[in-house]
Amino acid sequence: MSSQEKHQRGKARPAFTLGLTIQIAILVIAVIFALFPVVWILSAALNPSQSMNSQSVVPPLPETRIVLAEEAGVLLEIVAPNGSRVERSAGTILLVEADGEQKELRAPKNGYVQRIRFQIGDSFEAGEALYDISSSYLINFDTLFNTERKPYVRWLLNSVAVATITSFLVVMVTALSAYSFSRFRFKGRRGLLMLILLVQVFPNLLAMVAIFLMLQQIGNHIPFFGLNTAGGLILVYVGGAMGINIWLMKGFFDSVPRDIDESAMVDGCGHWQTYWRLIFPLVRPVLVVVGILSFVGTFNEFVLARVLLRDKESWTLMVGLWGYISDNFARDWGIFAAGAIIGAIPTLIIYLSLQDQIVGGLTQGSVKG
Amino acid sequence: MATLVRDSRAKRSEFSTRSILRLAATYLGLAILDAMAFYLVYVFALDGVWELAITIAVITLLVNVINLRGDLYPLRWISPALALMGLMVVFPIIYTVYVSLTNYGDGNLLTKQQVLNLLAQETYLPDGGQVYGWDLYRNAAEDYALWLTDGEDAYYFATLGGFGAVTAVAAGAELPGEYQGYRRLDRGEALRASREAQALTFGTEALQIGIAGRREAGEFAQRYVYRADEDAVFDNKSSSLFRANYESGQFENDDGDTLRTGFISGTGFKNYVRFVTSPAISGPLLRIFAWTIGFSLASVVSTFSVGLMFALLMQNERIPYRKAFRTLLIVPYAIPALISVAIWKGMLNSNLGVISNAIASLGIDPPPFFIDPGWSKFGILLINLWLGYPYFMLVCSGALAAIPSDMYEAAEVDGATWWEKFHALTLPMLLVAVGPLLIASFTYNFNNFVIIEAYNEGGPPMVESGTLPAGHTDILISYAYRLAFGGGRGADFGLASAITIIIFVLVAGVTLAQFRLTKGWEETSENV
Repeated sequence: MSSQEKHQRGKARPAFTLGLTIQIAILVIAVIFALFPVVWILSAALNPSQSMNSQSVVPPLPETRIVLAEEAGVLLEIVAPNGSRVERSAGTILLVEADGEQKELRAPKNGYVQRIRFQIGDSFEAGEALYDISSSYLINFDTLFNTERKPYVRWLLNSVAVATITSFLVVMVTALSAYSFSRFRFKGRRGLLMLILLVQVFPNLLAMVAIFLMLQQIGNHIPFFGLNTAGGLILVYVGGAMGINIWLMKGFFDSVPRDIDESAMVDGCGHWQTYWRLIFPLVRPVLVVVGILSFVGTFNEFVLARVLLRDKESWTLMVGLWGYISDNFARDWGIFAAGAIIGAIPTLIIYLSLQDQIVGGLTQGSVKG
Repeated sequence: MATLVRDSRAKRSEFSTRSILRLAATYLGLAILDAMAFYLVYVFALDGVWELAITIAVITLLVNVINLRGDLYPLRWISPALALMGLMVVFPIIYTVYVSLTNYGDGNLLTKQQVLNLLAQETYLPDGGQVYGWDLYRNAAEDYALWLTDGEDAYYFATLGGFGAVTAVAAGAELPGEYQGYRRLDRGEALRASREAQALTFGTEALQIGIAGRREAGEFAQRYVYRADEDAVFDNKSSSLFRANYESGQFENDDGDTLRTGFISGTGFKNYVRFVTSPAISGPLLRIFAWTIGFSLASVVSTFSVGLMFALLMQNERIPYRKAFRTLLIVPYAIPALISVAIWKGMLNSNLGVISNAIASLGIDPPPFFIDPGWSKFGILLINLWLGYPYFMLVCSGALAAIPSDMYEAAEVDGATWWEKFHALTLPMLLVAVGPLLIASFTYNFNNFVIIEAYNEGGPPMVESGTLPAGHTDILISYAYRLAFGGGRGADFGLASAITIIIFVLVAGVTLAQFRLTKGWEETSENV
């Protein structure tokens, strides 16, 4: 309501001054700067040709008329010149161009050509398709999900599992601690809180060498928590998330009036019952937000995951996506784009829908991730 | 009737049942934890990994004390968090210090005890030992056995774990096709299985038989014997004594030969001294340090000023669709950093990227964003600006809203210009609120590993660094990563940890200075 009022008040003044126009222009340019990469990656994901060199902001129509062939194991894109014919010769299929030049045609290995449309003896107009490139904007997603060499779905599931378990454990364990710090008064309480804050100054990504070596030793005897395992990674994440979240949670618990637990105590509830039956449900909405943010942070974590997970099978999504960047990026560009979009969607939705909570958290000094 | 009785009894004893159950659960949980911890401490002690053994022992002991002593009840709630922090945060920090004082790295990956354990398993065929001819047998369980023939044509049969003279078959007689459930392999089968069988040790603990060659098998003996009094390993094969050399972490004999595996040994401050004394390390390290500072400063300044500019623009209530603008402008913040950097990397790609193509279509050569050190740094700063301005836009919006409007009104009465208001009023007020976040952002970027790594893995490489994997866009943390996990040259965990310690010290210094400056420490302690 109030924004509408303000808007109307704005309209009552001289509508568009030069200064306002310039300001709006700057904002529009800023939005273009902010969104261009997003638009670009969307178009790349929907572009049926996977390599970077046929990029355009508006993806071409799915029925791209190109001839695909494979020569010496390298995928080629050839446009068949006018008057080309297809012939069969000794078990291979040849493209015979008008000037007599012959090229052997083989289906590309990637497997996204679904149907071969030509008949032996057919002739072609310029640029007409020999192979029917699967007529779909979603071909990159299809490839993404069905490449055994790069088990994207597996990575996605790994990430979801690791992030879910981590955020659940973080919330549960830190809520317990926060309750104690908030409700009990004991010797060394302040010192302990300060110590936790001090230790948190060093993010555990700094100690990655030590953590790597430690998990290596642990893995020798308890493989479940060693290198290459979700178990070990989760332990590291949970341990590293303690400090900041204990402080955050303690603030929430402090905001719950103490009268509530005192009256519960009078009724004969122990601390555990008070906590579990009364306080916990009260702060649950906040815990959910903390849990979601911790989920996102874990889901997007890359450095420790890359250091600790060495086998392709155990990778998380971010490590897997990094694999696309490091090898043959330009050629797998479309597939990477599809994978990146799926990987970014959860975070994007959560951040945009929790905008206001995050702004609140930011001004209190907590940092993204 | 029966249920009624049970109900009332249950009700009466509810309290005590519950507390007994809880007590039982506590003891059970502690027992399981202790059992696991005890096992770990035991095996780590056997490995000589004392630091982990001690850490786990201390943490377990503390958890036990906390959970068993009534007066420490409040700490019981905190003990899971403390245990996790102890193992995953505090210990790694201490361990980093320890590793930085050792030669831990490729060639020195195992503790001395682990190396000795490995050496104790090695065997050799002594000169003048008993030599046999051999034939290979195999049973239904795919276990192999050896039929041995000595020089006098006497037969022996050696299984995995057993050895005995063959009496049922006369010396020199034809070999049986089957013996004790083992089937004799024909030539082809034996040839195919020989590689697998060669890795096996047959016979008993006291009499180890192994295949030594195509026709020969022999009695193996333990090759290395550790002599604790001399702190040396005696090699029975070459009859020479390899003394433990703690300088190099090798077992070394008088001729300067070393055993194949080295061990982890304390080298004091050698890794730190190398920063100063070795030009191949100190040169690149100084440049990396300078770039780390420059990168962090430039990132903070650029993201803050752009973010502030947008926040100021968004303050203007006459701008239509402000909420929509805000949402669109924070999109970069809501995309995982790794993905954002990768997208930009694709757009800047020199041959095919959209930005390079756009520049090229203007008739200008696209800049070498990944090959030239200067352009690489420019690319990184540009991307980091894109990634980081929404944060400061959000923060500044909040802080600007908190500045009381009557101060502006007073300034307007005094006839202050826009610039004067901004310079004398907005900025100082803003910096009070945002100042600590600027410093936090500086330390965050100081360790902003993801952008450096995803952009170009620290490249282009620094030629001057020789065999060390330094790159022109490397910051300290990515350089430490490369030293430890960079492959190629081999891991140097010791040097990497020493660099990490330097980062620790720098970050701690900045943070302390921040607390001093903002009196944040006192404030925080009051809020506790």
